[in-house]
Amino acid sequence: MAKIDFEIPKLEDYPVVPAVKEGTMKHSQPYKAIDKFQEPLGYPGKLVDNWKERALDKMGELLGKYRSLQVYLDSCVKCGACTDKCHYFLGTSDPKNMPVGRQDLLRKVYRRHFTFAGKYFPKLVGAEDLTKDVLDDWYSYYHQCSQCRRCSVFCPYGIDTAEISMAAREILDSVGEGQKYCNEIIAKVYKIGNNLGLPGPALVDTLEGLEEDVEEETNIQVKYPVDQKGADILLITPSADFFAEPHVDGLIGYGKVFHQAGLSWTLSSYASEAANFGMFIGSYENMRQVSLRIRKAALDLGVKRIIFGECGHAWRVAYSFLNTLAGPFDFLDKRYPVPQHICELTHGLIESGVLRFDKSANDDMVLTYHDSCNVARASRMGRKPGGQFTIPRDIIRASCNNFYDMPYETIHDSTFCCGGGGGLLTDDLMEVRIKGAMPRAQALKQVVDDYGVTHMAAICAICKSQFTKVLPYFGFTMDQIVSVHQLVSNAIVMDIKEV
Amino acid sequence: MSIEVNGKTLETDEEGYLANINEWEEGVATVMAKEDELELTDEHWEIINFLREYYEEYQVAPAVRVLTKAVGKKMGKDKGNSKYLYALFPYGPGKQACRYAGLPKPTGCV
Repeated sequence: MAKIDFEIPKLEDYPVVPAVKEGTMKHSQPYKAIDKFQEPLGYPGKLVDNWKERALDKMGELLGKYRSLQVYLDSCVKCGACTDKCHYFLGTSDPKNMPVGRQDLLRKVYRRHFTFAGKYFPKLVGAEDLTKDVLDDWYSYYHQCSQCRRCSVFCPYGIDTAEISMAAREILDSVGEGQKYCNEIIAKVYKIGNNLGLPGPALVDTLEGLEEDVEEETNIQVKYPVDQKGADILLITPSADFFAEPHVDGLIGYGKVFHQAGLSWTLSSYASEAANFGMFIGSYENMRQVSLRIRKAALDLGVKRIIFGECGHAWRVAYSFLNTLAGPFDFLDKRYPVPQHICELTHGLIESGVLRFDKSANDDMVLTYHDSCNVARASRMGRKPGGQFTIPRDIIRASCNNFYDMPYETIHDSTFCCGGGGGLLTDDLMEVRIKGAMPRAQALKQVVDDYGVTHMAAICAICKSQFTKVLPYFGFTMDQIVSVHQLVSNAIVMDIKEV
Repeated sequence: MSIEVNGKTLETDEEGYLANINEWEEGVATVMAKEDELELTDEHWEIINFLREYYEEYQVAPAVRVLTKAVGKKMGKDKGNSKYLYALFPYGPGKQACRYAGLPKPTGCV
């Protein structure tokens, strides 16, 4: 655990809405991207001289492009329904982390410059000029939003703070105030093909190591192929699956599922990343560039299907935007969803009896499931509404004997973010990450105390890394977070097959 | 930012990672460890040297599993796991050990 110089929120016996403490998180700012990270994305390398003019121009452009943004900025009636719904507010007490407070940072400037009342009677309508202080507040507080959209579920008008936060980051980028973590990573995807900067030969070496490990464990040769032309399925998975724990245990599980079902599949060294941080920074153009790599890989390899691994926001991009960004995918097999989630595949194979499990293999664990925000609130799975909630749980129940859900107001579409989503999974934001994880940690503690839960499963690389890092601050251990396909991997009954 | 190693000033980024990997020498690891109040033992050096060798070949830090496997092979199976690595490098083998070894910080959802 890293050293910390702030107070970690206490886990109470029941959720408490904290009293407001103004400005407690004003100091929190991620490192800024320098020119070598900004320029490959098409942004100025540092704060431009005419930033105010450029920022307002950009805001005008976005208001024209995204009708939703203007609706969100216009329609808030200050009812207060969102105020206690954000995990960052609950963990920090800073009123600018209330969703309405966060929206107002942009809304006040919008009113001043783009509405009649704000132009002529600014004080009456809470309109304010764009000053350097306001710009600094944007940089600080729009990097304390994980774009998880929990607040939007409770807003009677459906205002989506995530979209406002994305617009704010796009404006910041356009004046040269980019965030190092996200922008360095996007530049790496363009150069090397994934967030980690893992070159092809390292990917091959890593996967060969996994093949050895799986063979040692099961006596079965399960393949983890890369760049295999003519394979039926292209697997697009977060590069964290190659690198980190418990992510890699999930990747091992996907391979076992493909093997057992007799499906031919491959990874791509060109599109070796599911994550698409273009969404976090609100940049349609960067989101499109990253997505187009997947299209190119699918065409080059001649695959018939695209399946996504366990990555939360990647599934939002894939499910909701991929066809617009990089379609049409008319060259893929239309009998399967385009794209498909690995959980949909596994679930279908369980239902049709192709996969069998020895559940006792997971008897050393009592599980709960963390709904990842982008899967829960920005996508679906399967054919039925709510499939994104039931399908992962069905997979866990099929592979484990012991499963309990966390309190209902913290799961499904009311799920609490892990605290590290939306481009905040970086060490320079550790304070906001730890404080923002408090509501989830509290819900976890409840099922640990009530049902003896020992592990929490998730289907998002960010959630897994975030919990590995922050759970120890709340009295848990780093290995209490597991991949859903890790549970599949442990319990799947494997037959010897010709490969 | 910078660190002082054997009378030389070496540039680092804002997170304390060496700006130029070619400037690395053993003293870099010793100085960084001292700042973290960590005494480097032979076990630490085994990891640091492995990271550097791997980076030389693949231009990236090894995946956690690649690292644990290599450690297990060299130092005994009981040590081939992340628990052992975290005991050596409490801030995380990827991040703390990579920094000592002069490697860039692993980025992404890790």
